[in-house]
Amino acid sequence: MRFWLTTLAILWVAHPACAADGIDPAADARAFRNFFVQKFPNVKLEDFANGPYALNEDMRRQWEEKEQFPPYEFSLEMGKELFAKPFVNGKHYADCFPDRGIGVRQDYPQFDDKSGKVVTLELALNRCREANGERAITYTGDDMAALTAYMAFTSRGKPFNIKIPDDPRALEAYENGKRYFYTRRGQLNFSCATCHVQNPGERLRAEVLAPALGILNAMPIYRSEWGSMGTTSRRFTTCNSQVRGVPLEPQSDEYRDLEYFLSYVSNGLPISGPGSRP
Amino acid sequence: MRISLRAVIRLCQVLVVLPLGSAAHAANSETDFKAAYAAADAAEREAGRLRNQWLATEAALTEAKKAAEKRDFDQAVAAAREAEALAKASIFQATNEKEAWKTLEIR
Repeated sequence: MRFWLTTLAILWVAHPACAADGIDPAADARAFRNFFVQKFPNVKLEDFANGPYALNEDMRRQWEEKEQFPPYEFSLEMGKELFAKPFVNGKHYADCFPDRGIGVRQDYPQFDDKSGKVVTLELALNRCREANGERAITYTGDDMAALTAYMAFTSRGKPFNIKIPDDPRALEAYENGKRYFYTRRGQLNFSCATCHVQNPGERLRAEVLAPALGILNAMPIYRSEWGSMGTTSRRFTTCNSQVRGVPLEPQSDEYRDLEYFLSYVSNGLPISGPGSRP
Repeated sequence: MRISLRAVIRLCQVLVVLPLGSAAHAANSETDFKAAYAAADAAEREAGRLRNQWLATEAALTEAKKAAEKRDFDQAVAAAREAEALAKASIFQATNEKEAWKTLEIR
């Protein structure tokens, strides 16, 4: 009897899904992708990286014309200059990233096993600054948008390649991001999924809602509504305000975990940023 | 001039109610505001602990403070009570969503 109980206990612990309380990111990603592919059977998988333009023909035509002289171009130039500008100590952003920061955007966010937390590209840029004696820049500001725009541009076409290591803390971060995505909040009682899973392609006032699949591939984005570029941090905080919730601080654990979840379930879809939206 | 019994009763009612009304008005003192604001602030802090504060709650708390600064304690107490109700609604939402979020999950 003791033998069988011991065997059962070992099997229970050894089973990966059980060990992580049933968290299965790969199965989630498959289900996530299937949901959108079935909902929009005429949209090519990689086209989900173009957000609402994949779902609305009129908007797509306008966007294609706008791409002749894209509104993010100034930011892109600025980002290239900022990225190349040396810090006071003579080092560069390039010294902080693999491949000198060129063509690496698709690998972020990453799970950092030292801190046990998710590191986004925006956070990595500020950590790089601080490690080189520079002050951190604001996560919702123009400089951060420009830097991430440039880095995204160097990764265009490369598929998201987010890794969740076999570490319970990484799985927990992923699960926390998932929970945040589906949790209703704010006085309007909306979750991220209310707009981007239940209603993509529908209009919310003048906006056509983007599908959640591939939604971060185009970040950062120039929004005509903002009249400027916006980072992922800006997008998350604005979404929270729009549902009448008090936004969390940019790059809080919750937002980083949310970015981890959303990026992971879009693995395989190409980076299309920087993007532009109405 | 004949005065009906009904009119006398009505007059007495008014005379009795008037002081009560002003007493009720006087009840919204600075002390009442402080109590109402403390209750609202505590609820909003709890919503903050649950990472789910609402903009409307913050606005109502600000309105309560501004009214109190103008010594309009009726308005200040009303705004503080509204803030408390909103904060409690956000707490309910956050508590309920601890399990309810799963119903939206793509599986």
